[in-house]
Amino acid sequence: MSAHLKAFACGARDTLPMLLGALPFGIIFGTLAIASGLSMPATLLMSALVFAGSAQFIAVSLVASGAGLAVLLATTLIVNLRHMLYSASLLPYVRQLSPRWKVPLAFWLTDETYAVVHRHYLDANASNEHKHWYFLGSCLAMYSNWFVCTLIGALLGSSLPGMAGWGLDFAMVATFIGIVVPLLRTRPMLLSAVVAAVVAVAANGLPYKLGLMLAALAGVIAGVLAERWSLESGKLTGGVDEPV
Amino acid sequence: MSLFEIALIGGMALITFSIRYGLFAVGHRVRFNPLVSRALTYVPVAVLTAIIAPAMLLPGDGSWQLSWQNAYLIGGIAAILIAALSRNLLATIFGGMLVFFLWRWLLA
Repeated sequence: MSAHLKAFACGARDTLPMLLGALPFGIIFGTLAIASGLSMPATLLMSALVFAGSAQFIAVSLVASGAGLAVLLATTLIVNLRHMLYSASLLPYVRQLSPRWKVPLAFWLTDETYAVVHRHYLDANASNEHKHWYFLGSCLAMYSNWFVCTLIGALLGSSLPGMAGWGLDFAMVATFIGIVVPLLRTRPMLLSAVVAAVVAVAANGLPYKLGLMLAALAGVIAGVLAERWSLESGKLTGGVDEPV
Repeated sequence: MSLFEIALIGGMALITFSIRYGLFAVGHRVRFNPLVSRALTYVPVAVLTAIIAPAMLLPGDGSWQLSWQNAYLIGGIAAILIAALSRNLLATIFGGMLVFFLWRWLLA
């Protein structure tokens, strides 16, 4: 096996645990999208062209609740902004690559691939020359897995039309809880979540799902303020951001 | 595919790709304003919680359901406990859904 292919295969192999996590997520996305009234081609095309799990999930739940295009796109922007942090962090490693590499690697950059690839770029034992092949291996493993899972879910959803009433939307809630709770390790993070939750519930009646934006914004502001405040008081007491 | 679906997917794809590729395209090292990069770390938690809370407390038609008969609330609380104890995504999804469906089945 050539060194390129070896690096590619290693990238795919190291992404395996992430594939397992994405598996139910992808299948549930497919069924939910159909249940929300999205057509089969649109469901598949969304996974093929957008390739952003959380944003896709939120988009179909917003479609089901009758949100308009502007709200859907603004929500996509907010939910995906975190990818800018990932590309900023990977930039030193990919800047010398040609656009032929940079365009697809950016298109396929997800939370999971970022986690796997960033660790690999920091690994001094691996050859630097082939790390973009490793990156590509991780990307393609995630991408094919996501697409196949969406297809399975969409087929399930359209062969069992009654699925919309099964409460599968709870799967999304459980998934998001599984993502959020482990992140609540500092007091500012916890406060950010509490403020977002309170504002979201209070503003739920606003039209166009504006409550979601408002709540997200309030949560972010609360987190940043709490962090500053705890840093300032930390200087006095010596303790900074102790985990809760 | 409807026009709405084409506009939705085209728009989402364009926005998502621009966010992911923007910095790669510029090519030189960027330094975020520290405030901006701090704020970005709170985005996932704030957005996802803003979706979770109404889905648990005001499911369906958007009316307040603070009751033990609300399976979304009970299943959500179970999922939060499982997530806090196990920090395992799969366990949270399956455990939460199991409680949710069991609860609905018991109440039916």
